[in-house]
Amino acid sequence: MSGWAIAVHGGAGVDPNLPPHRQQEAKQLLTECLNLGISALRSNASALDVVELVVRKLETDPLFNSGRGSALTAKGTVEMEASIMDGTKRRCGAVSGVSTVKNPISLARLVMEKSPHSYLAYTGAEEFAREQGVETEDNEYFITPDNVGMLKLAKEANTILFDYRIPTEKCAGTESPVKMNGLPLSIYAPETVGCVVVDSQGRCAAATSTGGLMNKMSGRIGDSPLIGAGTYACEVCGVSCTGEGEAIIRGTLAREVAAVMEYKGYELQQAVDFVIKDRLDEGFAGLIAVSNKGEVAYGFNCNGMFRGCATENGFMEVGIWE
Amino acid sequence: MGWAVALHGGAGVPFSLPPEARQPREEALRHCLQIGVKALKSNMSPLDVVELVVRELENIPHFNAGRGSVLTNKGTVEMEASIMDGNTMKCGAVSGLSTVVNAISLARLVMDNTPHIYLAFDGAEDFARQQGVETVDTSHFITPENIERLNQAKEADRVQIDYTQPIQNDTTKSETETPFANGDSQLGTVGCVAVDSNGNLASATSTGGLVNKMVGRIGDTPLIGAGTYANELCAVSATGIGEALIRGTVARDVAAMMEFKGLSLKEAADCVVHERIPKGTVGLVAVSAAGEVAMPYNTPGMFRACATEDGYSEVAIWSDAIIE
Repeated sequence: MSGWAIAVHGGAGVDPNLPPHRQQEAKQLLTECLNLGISALRSNASALDVVELVVRKLETDPLFNSGRGSALTAKGTVEMEASIMDGTKRRCGAVSGVSTVKNPISLARLVMEKSPHSYLAYTGAEEFAREQGVETEDNEYFITPDNVGMLKLAKEANTILFDYRIPTEKCAGTESPVKMNGLPLSIYAPETVGCVVVDSQGRCAAATSTGGLMNKMSGRIGDSPLIGAGTYACEVCGVSCTGEGEAIIRGTLAREVAAVMEYKGYELQQAVDFVIKDRLDEGFAGLIAVSNKGEVAYGFNCNGMFRGCATENGFMEVGIWE
Repeated sequence: MGWAVALHGGAGVPFSLPPEARQPREEALRHCLQIGVKALKSNMSPLDVVELVVRELENIPHFNAGRGSVLTNKGTVEMEASIMDGNTMKCGAVSGLSTVVNAISLARLVMDNTPHIYLAFDGAEDFARQQGVETVDTSHFITPENIERLNQAKEADRVQIDYTQPIQNDTTKSETETPFANGDSQLGTVGCVAVDSNGNLASATSTGGLVNKMVGRIGDTPLIGAGTYANELCAVSATGIGEALIRGTVARDVAAMMEFKGLSLKEAADCVVHERIPKGTVGLVAVSAAGEVAMPYNTPGMFRACATEDGYSEVAIWSDAIIE
């Protein structure tokens, strides 16, 4: 047995001027998530259970852009989406346009396990949630004051914004040299969350969850719920991506990592490096991945990615920058 | 090298399809092929060609897209589509449409006129109105045949890929058995792929989805990499049981095998369809930058047609092709 491994992310593309206390908060949460996952893995939980467990925690915490704390649509509402994939038989489940479900990742899992389909969205997904009796909250529960402020700013600037955690006064003056999707990094910080795990039996799984883009059109779907784009898992690996949704979809990024491992015999890190370097063109993104050999890897071509990873042999790391 | 175009009207056609069901569909395939050929000959871009052909297929009520879409478990229509430009790798997709006459054109507008790739349900319908695309009352899309199919499916109490025959037997399905294994037909999805003589590629796919599907169910058709894919090597449009195409990232895999394993278009398409996806679940049409065509399927039949610049053309349902 190669041992378990786990990686978690809270989004790629971070403003270099992110205040230290915000960086600390993020690293703290990532550490807690790793510990939660590690504890479950040590008691022999399956990869699928662990990725769901960890992403639920990330959704519940308002810090990143998923579940509570999700970015807001142009209408000021929350439309969450998520997907989960079990590498063993490549079973998958996804949801989009969810507005009252406390943990979209768990609903995605139920789609996979309790419905004849792989992907449910909007009204249909909400109805299914009620049938399944999952925990729901009013839409207001998911909306944080930070995000309400950010939406206002975005509307003033009349642009689509990614989630951020920079105070607005800094935002106006900061001239960040780095841009993502046409916006200065100071007002761009996509914080989709995700987790990938290989358990002690070599089974891989992946899960991704998000509120999407700040000020997005209602009905806009990004890469996070799309199998092969934001999430993918098969016999050899599990992958979760974050960053510019368009680039991730066009590049079928998560699938790409597995494809070069399967078809070109690449090892995990090699595959991750190849995909980040070669498959993104002008797009910015990051990803985390695990292999069925107990390895963990991550990569990003933008300025920073909130991440943490750990392996059974004691390796553990939480980071933001290169 | 030269231009090539291939289109499909859905995989899974049983051998028992009666002549009165065959003929109008063969005619329709022939008609759509001619439109595609004429467009390529007049130097229309492959992206415009695939949109044009799929619009035509959507308008024909015999296929499961646009008018003639199969119905959800509530008797409503929820259409979805996606389009991809192999040159730029730009793409557009829509889901959950109920009044838009041509879903594929809305997908194209998402690609061309928004910073997004994928819009769905109410948001997509709002966008359609903003863009001024043709919309009609949802009853326009609903045909008596599909109402009948839904009734039969509800009686059988299972999710069906579209079919044209009454249910032949009621044997309980095991989890691994697919609807096709026992002879049900499938008219799911339409699609078109095209390449011009400069090697520019494009793909487009459109559908009403699964008969008796849950409201809100999204299949492979609007998912880039599953039902639709195009890059500089090839363009692919797939059809079949959505859930299988999603987990198998079918359209992307054809291109990936060409790129990473150096397989030819035909080898890659055959490998994906015959070796990597369960029997009875998938069919696809694909063209390569060099002007080759492949149309493999692992179901009893697939409504399909293709033509290449050297004069070859074909309209077929099962393995005995009708060479034009």
